[in-house]
Amino acid sequence: MSTAPRTRTRRAPLTILVGAGVALLVVVVLLSLLIGSRVLSPAETFGGLFGDDAVATAVIWELRLPRTLLGLLVGAALGVAGALAQSVTRNPLADPGLLGISSGAAVAVVIGGAFLGLGAGTPRVLLALLGAALATVAVYTFARRSPEGLTPVNMTLAGMALTAFLGAVVSATVLLSASTMDQYRFWVVGALSIPDPQTLLPAALIAAVGAVVAASVSGSLNALALGDDTASALGVNVLRTRISAGAAVVLLSGTAVALAGPIAFIGLIIPHMARALVGNDVRRMLVLSAVLGPLLLLSADIIGRLIVRPSELQVGVVTAILGTPFFIWLTWRTRRRGDAI
Amino acid sequence: MSTSTAPGIRAILPRPRPRRRVVIAVVTTAALLLLTCLVALSLGDRATAPAALWEALQGRGAENTVYAVLEVRLPRVVLALVVGAAFGIAGGLSQSVLRNPLASPDVLGIGAGASTAVVAVIAIGSLGGPVGAVPIPVAALVGGLAAAALIAVLARDRSLRGRRILLIGIAMSTALTGVTQYLLTRIDVYDAQRSAVWLTGSLNARGWADALPVAIGLAVLLPLTLVLAHTSRALIFDDDVASGWGVRTGRMRVVLLVISVCLAALATSAAGPVAFVALVSGQVARRIGGVPDIPPLLAGLTGALIVLVADTVARTALPFQLPVGVLTALVGAPYLLYLLQRRRRTNGSTP
Repeated sequence: MSTAPRTRTRRAPLTILVGAGVALLVVVVLLSLLIGSRVLSPAETFGGLFGDDAVATAVIWELRLPRTLLGLLVGAALGVAGALAQSVTRNPLADPGLLGISSGAAVAVVIGGAFLGLGAGTPRVLLALLGAALATVAVYTFARRSPEGLTPVNMTLAGMALTAFLGAVVSATVLLSASTMDQYRFWVVGALSIPDPQTLLPAALIAAVGAVVAASVSGSLNALALGDDTASALGVNVLRTRISAGAAVVLLSGTAVALAGPIAFIGLIIPHMARALVGNDVRRMLVLSAVLGPLLLLSADIIGRLIVRPSELQVGVVTAILGTPFFIWLTWRTRRRGDAI
Repeated sequence: MSTSTAPGIRAILPRPRPRRRVVIAVVTTAALLLLTCLVALSLGDRATAPAALWEALQGRGAENTVYAVLEVRLPRVVLALVVGAAFGIAGGLSQSVLRNPLASPDVLGIGAGASTAVVAVIAIGSLGGPVGAVPIPVAALVGGLAAAALIAVLARDRSLRGRRILLIGIAMSTALTGVTQYLLTRIDVYDAQRSAVWLTGSLNARGWADALPVAIGLAVLLPLTLVLAHTSRALIFDDDVASGWGVRTGRMRVVLLVISVCLAALATSAAGPVAFVALVSGQVARRIGGVPDIPPLLAGLTGALIVLVADTVARTALPFQLPVGVLTALVGAPYLLYLLQRRRRTNGSTP
């Protein structure tokens, strides 16, 4: 966007940061391949990757590599979605999980599965997108109608109330049919498992569309940070920017939910880490969030595999436990800065 | 009430005289509750006619009817009553003390704290050792009080009256739910399944033993609440005003909140965290009472009515038994959304 102002306040070397992030990501990916209910030695992993060791080959190629790729995709989608959501709402507490968007997608998937028989594949992805879109509109409407308007606290509270309601709908649906219960027991808390290729391909395509939309509005979002009036004066179409950014959030978080269930707090934490490293430029934040998201998600997933061995803890549970202290710290910080919280 | 001896708060505050609309509301709600009890006692797999119900309640009549009414339905109705009353009083107290219609124990994560403690006792107990011998209600009390203390500290707000405490409370619930999920993976499948049903809030397959601790809690704490009600009503004003009347606002607030947390935790230990009952009953009581504070007795009756109606619907309306907590969440969460959108008028002018 040529019309958007360029932020020149803090030019941290983005290439170096992204390079370091990618290097760390490679390490985490290798760890993710090594660690599971059975820990493979680096030699075994290497053998497994290139087909020397039959057992290790099966473990790596059929279980851990797909799961790791899934983690990369979901983590990047959640990180970028969170960064977009925080920028477009100017709300440091925004996160697709906390705002109820992920729950909306989850409810649509569970209901579609239980009543319409729509299983994995493109239908699931489309259902998740539909649910995410409806929840986004709902939470925006509810928060806007509250007395103080769209403050961070009101948005978060509306999102949490929506999440509670949708959670009850999921419980009721899951209790209705035993097969649904079995199918979604792990999925509804957010878990990385082996993705079925049917879902992975359409999801990856839609996430790519979301990423393109995100990139195209990032410049306008920089202008939006200065306030609606200033942004208009700079020639940015405020409404169109909002809607495009919201659509990108829906595409990205819907994809993430279709693949891994609702995972909270990744979308909350990552943008703050990115902002601390590269400053307020939305474009740089989005790039770094796409690297840091998978880094955090895969790390949480590895922790989940380690702490209850030989079983494992769903990554959604790990992020909920790790993310809460961060969230509480943020609410303190937001108050100090004197935001209308 | 002797006002002549101590020229303190009692002399200055208006005399506690029964407020007419509150009395009418209490009597009406109690009558409605009695009627609902009778309906709940007669509904089941096979409905019982009023005449047969009357006989069965006296222990006469057909043996299977007597069994259904006295052994199956009566304990469940009584449990619904005590659990609902405890949640209702707890919600009304915390809402009026914090002057925030959203600040009820269920929203603030007290139920989640109690649940985590209970599951922790089951999990650690299954490994053997003395922890397993801790009674469930005690575990729930400890967990609820610990969660409340933690939330109060983390809110970093001495008056506890802002909206931030809600964010902290809800975030704590999320984390505690995560911990509970973690604990569920550590215990054996049978215990996990039992805990999972309990965690959604259910009165299914419970009996007198579950109702007793809640009933004892009510018997101790409700009179205490009513004794304090006169003074605590001053808390609906600003602290300066209340202090001017000689009310020790800080101490009174702590006492009332501890009562609220204890009642909510005991109710949770008996039926699991039945979502949003405390939130809804406090607010409904305030509206039908037509007074700025929330009369505890009215909140308790409202809570009992809500849980009893919800449970009766949940066990009879569908071909399978829905946990009552799912039903109350389906109704309560939209109500929470509605409350969020209202400007606060009667409950003070807090941000």
